[in-house]
Amino acid sequence: MIQDLTDTVASKVAAAFVEARHRAGIPAIGMVGTLVIVTEEAGHYDALRASQEAAREHPARILVVIRRPGRGKPRLDAEVRFLGDSGPGETGVLRLHGELAEHAESVLLPLLLPDAPVIVWWPGEGPDAPVEDPVGRLGQRRITDAAAAPDPFQALLARREGYHPGDTDLAWTRLTSWRTVLAATLDLPFDPITSARVACEPGSPSSTLLGVWLSRTLGVLTEHEESEGPGITEVRLATTSGDIVLSRPDGRIAQLSRPGQPDRLVALHQRDTVEIISEEMRRLDPDDVYGDVLAGVGQAG
Amino acid sequence: MSNPLRDPRDRRLPRIAGPCGLVIFGVTGDLSRKKLMPAVYDLANRGLLPPGFALVGFARRDWAEEDFAQIVHDSVKEHARTPFREEVWRQLAEGVRFVAGDFSDDEAFENLRTTIETLDADRGTGGNHAFYLSVPPKFFADVVEQLKKHGLSEGPPGAWRRVIIEKPFGHDLASAQELNQVVGEVFDSGSVFRIDHYLGKETVQNILALRFANTLYEPIWNTNYVDHVQITMAEDVGVGGRAGYYDGVGAARDVIQNHLLQLLALTAMEEPVSFSASDLRIEKEKVLSAVRLPKDLAAHTARGQYAAGWQGGEQVPGFLEEEGMSPTSTTETYAAVRLDIDTRRWAGVPFYLRTGKRLGRRVTEVAIVFKRAPHLPFEATATEELGQNALVIRVQPDEGVSLRFGSKVPGGAMEVRDVTMDFAYGESFLESSPEAYERLILDVLIGEAPLFPRHEEVELSWRILDPVEEFWASQGQPEQYPSGTWGPEGANLMLARDGRVWRRP
Repeated sequence: MIQDLTDTVASKVAAAFVEARHRAGIPAIGMVGTLVIVTEEAGHYDALRASQEAAREHPARILVVIRRPGRGKPRLDAEVRFLGDSGPGETGVLRLHGELAEHAESVLLPLLLPDAPVIVWWPGEGPDAPVEDPVGRLGQRRITDAAAAPDPFQALLARREGYHPGDTDLAWTRLTSWRTVLAATLDLPFDPITSARVACEPGSPSSTLLGVWLSRTLGVLTEHEESEGPGITEVRLATTSGDIVLSRPDGRIAQLSRPGQPDRLVALHQRDTVEIISEEMRRLDPDDVYGDVLAGVGQAG
Repeated sequence: MSNPLRDPRDRRLPRIAGPCGLVIFGVTGDLSRKKLMPAVYDLANRGLLPPGFALVGFARRDWAEEDFAQIVHDSVKEHARTPFREEVWRQLAEGVRFVAGDFSDDEAFENLRTTIETLDADRGTGGNHAFYLSVPPKFFADVVEQLKKHGLSEGPPGAWRRVIIEKPFGHDLASAQELNQVVGEVFDSGSVFRIDHYLGKETVQNILALRFANTLYEPIWNTNYVDHVQITMAEDVGVGGRAGYYDGVGAARDVIQNHLLQLLALTAMEEPVSFSASDLRIEKEKVLSAVRLPKDLAAHTARGQYAAGWQGGEQVPGFLEEEGMSPTSTTETYAAVRLDIDTRRWAGVPFYLRTGKRLGRRVTEVAIVFKRAPHLPFEATATEELGQNALVIRVQPDEGVSLRFGSKVPGGAMEVRDVTMDFAYGESFLESSPEAYERLILDVLIGEAPLFPRHEEVELSWRILDPVEEFWASQGQPEQYPSGTWGPEGANLMLARDGRVWRRP
């Protein structure tokens, strides 16, 4: 069931949450935090669906902020979704009309769960400096997605300048499964690595980040190559005894080849937003490695 | 050389096992089909198994490799926790092998050796293999000796071989020592992993987090504040098809010796210096060695057998009427003991352990019951309904922690009544809890041992239990209790003697 509150204020939205919980007979529930999604009308459905799925693993109060600036009278419309039909946790969709669109933090502040961490996620185009954004400032974790920007590489550069610990980007999160397999590959003895090469469909910020990560950790140059995709299709580490190659042409299953060893299959599917957001919600402390890698974007070597 | 791609700050990258394989003996058994093989798949699906991982089944079946792969496929599809993905299955299926034979069959073990060597060459398992003995303990000696005889117990230089055994670890101190000797002759103690799947449960590990990561509980975790501790593991099922196995074993050997004494050790131990395997074991062994049995075993232990009755709306037979059970069996299906711990922290705090079959409902929990406030500044009538504060760690089902304390009843009069504050794992960390076997198998493959009891712990547990078993053996028939209740009257009397009552879990 959804309760609509038109032309309302934050305290009434908060009261609706409490009432909904009491009606469900669960006066206090173990939500781990508040997830604020800042989005456009068009993108809100997918983001909300993904985060509700993710909330099965990390029950949270989900607040969707949809800005509708314009000339009309400032107005807050809210939809409060009751526990049970939207999974665990609770959801509020907040539409901010007129001048109120510029003051989203005033609506959000009273609705954040006490003590628990706040995560702010911009599924679409996000601010260059998330921590300076009035809503971003509320969060201890600020999630952007460079892949959703019109120019992903420029977005990374801008975020590099605006970086603050606690920032993270889904373009980085999407790399975790690749990085896991690559790291496992080098758990075995290997010969000195002389260079690295990443093949990826054009315009992917993830491949930029992967390249920087490889260059920084391995101390070699990483070349980039365009491919048909989907996503990243190959990582090649040249060693003095031959190439270690992890290639995934179909977005699902990869082949790992290394000198002197049989080829092996590795499941490496492209993860959907639900899995990506779940991973983001698993750890809420600053991701220093991401910070280091981001700092290397656009620098030679 | 250390791996340049690994950075301790990079916590997105999971712990992942190095190149290795798992050999399961008794692969056709229930445990293997319902728990082990699904757990292997779940690990693969979570990306925690190395590329090239191999799974070898060993059983007395006339199967081809494809037949076995089909069995694994079906058991994974039916029982895995995580969704079935074709690509993960393809990765896993590439490394599935089957060896047919029984445990006395030299040829079969030669085949196994060739299979493993081929895997090392074709799949890059690197000579690292774990042998999971999912077989009755009477076969442990056969399998282990065969492994040694055919050169399987030691890998090439730099590679490891590990052996995983399931409870029961013997049926008394002597047999446990004998078993340990058999396994110890072939595998050194660091390569033997005894699985007590309880220790793989999140809630059990959470006892350590609760106690040692917080400031709130440790100051009151002692005789100054704790009145007594109740550790309960209740099952609603009977012995069913396990009648043959269960006769002569009984509830105390089946549950108290391992699960409940491990829960006691985690609840009562001092803070370990670190969470490394050896530091944890030191503390667990220390506290187990301080456990003292009551002098009067008749007064402070209880046992029973379930009688026919109604349980949860179903009519069920009594223990002695179960199919395949001797009608004169004196095996207990309910056991309760009082234990004391001779340390400064626990002097005067009894630990009551109980377990049974066909009890009210299925539940495992540790309840710390606190002393009453020394003075209550209310009228006596105001606190009539106030019980003792209690912290309850629910191990299963509905994992979580709850705290019972008094609260004012709304209204004009001052009246205090017990309420519950509740933390449920399922609410705060939903669906993320891996199965105990996933965690334990991964730990074996990685070589991390904190969650596995060492033989010293097993032997200490038998030292505690053996005198009780001896005493019971001299007492004839256990008391009957109706199925679907919370055990025999003797258990209630046992607590009543101390002026206490069992909680209703």
